[in-house]
Amino acid sequence: MAANGKPPVLVVLQLTGGNDFMNSVVPYNSPVYYDARQGLAIAQDDVLPIDGELGFHPNLAALKDLYDDGTVAIVQGVGYQNSSRSHFRAMDIMHTCEPEIVGTEGWVGRATRQLDPERESVLTTVNIGRGMPRALACPGVPITSVGDLDSYGLMSGISAIEQRSQALTRFQEMYAPAIGSGPVSDYIARTGLDVIKGAELLKVAPAAYQSRVTYADNSIAQSLRDVARVHLAGLGTRIFYAQHGGYDTHAIQNPTHPRLLSELSGAIRDFFQDLRDHDADEEVAMLVFTEFGRRMRGNGSGTDHGSGGGAFIIGKNVNGGLYCEYPSLNPNDWLNGEDLKHTVDFRSVYSVMLEKWMGMDPADIVGGSYEQFQPFKQAGAPAAVPA
Amino acid sequence: MSSSDVALLAHLMRRAGFGATRTELEELAERGYEAVVEDLVNPERFPDIEDDVLKRYYPNLRSWESISTFGGAWMYRMINTRRPLQEKMALFWHHVFATAWHKNEFVPAVVEQIDTFRGNGLGYFDRILLDLSRDPAMIDWLDNQENHNGAINENYGRELLELFSMGVGNYTETDIKEASRAFTGWTFEQPIPLYPYGHYPTRFVYRPDDHDDGEKTFLGHTGRFNGQDIIAIIVRQPATARFICRHLYNFFVADEPQVPAWQTVPPQDPEAMAMLTEAFAASGGDIRSVMRVLLNSDFFKQARYRKVKSPIEYVVGTARLAGDQRFPEPGLLNLVDAAAVMGQWVLNPPTVEGWHTGKEWIDGGTLSERVNFAADLMSDTSRPGVREVVEGVCNHGSPRGPVSPQDFVDRCLDGIGALEVNADTRAALLRHAESGGGLDTGEGNGESADQVADMLRLIVSSMEYQFA
Repeated sequence: MAANGKPPVLVVLQLTGGNDFMNSVVPYNSPVYYDARQGLAIAQDDVLPIDGELGFHPNLAALKDLYDDGTVAIVQGVGYQNSSRSHFRAMDIMHTCEPEIVGTEGWVGRATRQLDPERESVLTTVNIGRGMPRALACPGVPITSVGDLDSYGLMSGISAIEQRSQALTRFQEMYAPAIGSGPVSDYIARTGLDVIKGAELLKVAPAAYQSRVTYADNSIAQSLRDVARVHLAGLGTRIFYAQHGGYDTHAIQNPTHPRLLSELSGAIRDFFQDLRDHDADEEVAMLVFTEFGRRMRGNGSGTDHGSGGGAFIIGKNVNGGLYCEYPSLNPNDWLNGEDLKHTVDFRSVYSVMLEKWMGMDPADIVGGSYEQFQPFKQAGAPAAVPA
Repeated sequence: MSSSDVALLAHLMRRAGFGATRTELEELAERGYEAVVEDLVNPERFPDIEDDVLKRYYPNLRSWESISTFGGAWMYRMINTRRPLQEKMALFWHHVFATAWHKNEFVPAVVEQIDTFRGNGLGYFDRILLDLSRDPAMIDWLDNQENHNGAINENYGRELLELFSMGVGNYTETDIKEASRAFTGWTFEQPIPLYPYGHYPTRFVYRPDDHDDGEKTFLGHTGRFNGQDIIAIIVRQPATARFICRHLYNFFVADEPQVPAWQTVPPQDPEAMAMLTEAFAASGGDIRSVMRVLLNSDFFKQARYRKVKSPIEYVVGTARLAGDQRFPEPGLLNLVDAAAVMGQWVLNPPTVEGWHTGKEWIDGGTLSERVNFAADLMSDTSRPGVREVVEGVCNHGSPRGPVSPQDFVDRCLDGIGALEVNADTRAALLRHAESGGGLDTGEGNGESADQVADMLRLIVSSMEYQFA
């Protein structure tokens, strides 16, 4: 339990496309950085200094404010051995914790199974956004995936309430008899009925929500607003998953990347403000991650796929500061002569969130034991007793 | 003709094509099942699609700007082609030889790969493998341009054996190395740089100076093999016939487990596999011959609704039924997005292993996307295909007037292309027909179209509609 007696909640925020960590947390005293990133480097005067070496991108000012409040942990140099430069493969690896084979189960899906082995709730984990990332996939584990909270559910094209409800009744009549009829139809039937159950429960969230925070009109802000609305409705959700896309900045990185950072940090600020207003921030911690960093050197217009990214852990119970090591900028240390080398495995970061915050046993979820650090002042839950 | 003939042809067209409307089924049934199969396996009997119109509406089709446009153009073809099996084979090989643009800096090569599959997809398997090995998109995808004389890169050699022909367990690590040596020097011309010029295609080139011409021993054969010699050996392996025929069975007949399980899980229908592999061997790997046997077989005819539709089949089939995109119109690219949020981004499979199929297409998110997509489209009476179904239901050869709930349901099921449903689904549809006060197609009843549309929405939301 968090200090306020509520179970801990994890919000996973995926920056899709490979966020340029070097241009997010900038090594503003490094001549190597300025040399490698000509035309794309953030000028020393513009950086918001963290210490004598590193500073936030100016568009992360809102995140810097949270950092100054001591609620942001920067995890530097996140990656893994033989980092894949394919987005899809890299994201797959981050989702499944399976660098060698193509896995089918996601780490969040497995965590959900551990949280709710009896499938008591379809809302234990809620994905916000269209299309469900593989991180949430896990056979037999119901996950609710919400494209648009206000119109969520089946038959959302029907505007007349009574007509829609009748259509949903018919849907249940068609699907329910298939339970137990064979492995595939049984699975599809359960999935369909779970969607209806989830939508029924979620209906209360938009209705009950009141807030003085005005979220920006961009996708990540609206997604985090949906997370807030569901969290504040008290439906028992323990893990939320949301995405912010567009980080694949091969070309015209300026102005795309600065805009993304600005949207991101504004959305995070508004989200935590909203929770604080409702006295519901004590039990929430957020992990912001991406599939890889960008190449050391720019390509003239942007940056190509690289490795050695970074993550942020944000929340009231976070012990703010810098964690793990910034990847070495010394050209002799670059991977393949062009990439930042990771200093901490991404599975360490997941393990920290699962064990130190959620109080769960991470080994089965991330596939082994990984070294951990402690970014929390106070755990969200008592640590699981190792078996 | 009997309704069972129509239902069987509907099955054939869902599998060997992208579905058929009731009117089309009528015409096909006149020809007879076996004649239709012959037409399908001989696509050159019909004119190719004229895509000039499409190019006029999407001028950037030729300027290689947008991958979504290419995906949309392909889906347009799937909807409008008069050679449905040709397009279905291209999609089949896209599943098996899964190549994605996302790693690629000359995206049009991926589009040209599909053009190649369209051309050779019903041909001899050795030709298919040879074209694949010379395909710039594939070479780049599996790094064969990094496969040099004296410094091999095994990526292509390995997947050629593991995923493209024989499957794990039928060769050794040495065979992989020897095959890789044989494919050294198979590369492509350096394309125009992506930055800042944009995406351009490139060409295959064979560099003899970078080819390892030494002696190789591959699967027990020894010689100074080049790539085509390796392919000739591969194609004669019984394992190749088994592997490719199992892929055909999985794609056209009934869902099998995912490919990595094939080593340990035997095929669900050994007799069917025997028939297919025999056809493969007897014809020297002629895919057309194998498909003819497959489509005419009893095991195929009996396999109705034993495959979960892939998102592309689902989206294209539904759009086709609704009469969408029979002419280029806004919304073509929405079809690409619709399939993507259902889990299948055309021209962009997640890995070389391809998409996981069968029930793995379905989760809470993708099922909602599927149901809502089809429900919205098929209940929209402004769509020409929906109007056609409504007309068919209302003027069913009997005088206009009140229609019994049973007839109402049956006409709708028949109208969307002879969909067969189980007793529970039919009972639910019947309750719906009864609760609406029944259908009256008499003059002056302006609501009948909406009532039919409402029924169609439920029908395409059924579990049966999720299956092909």
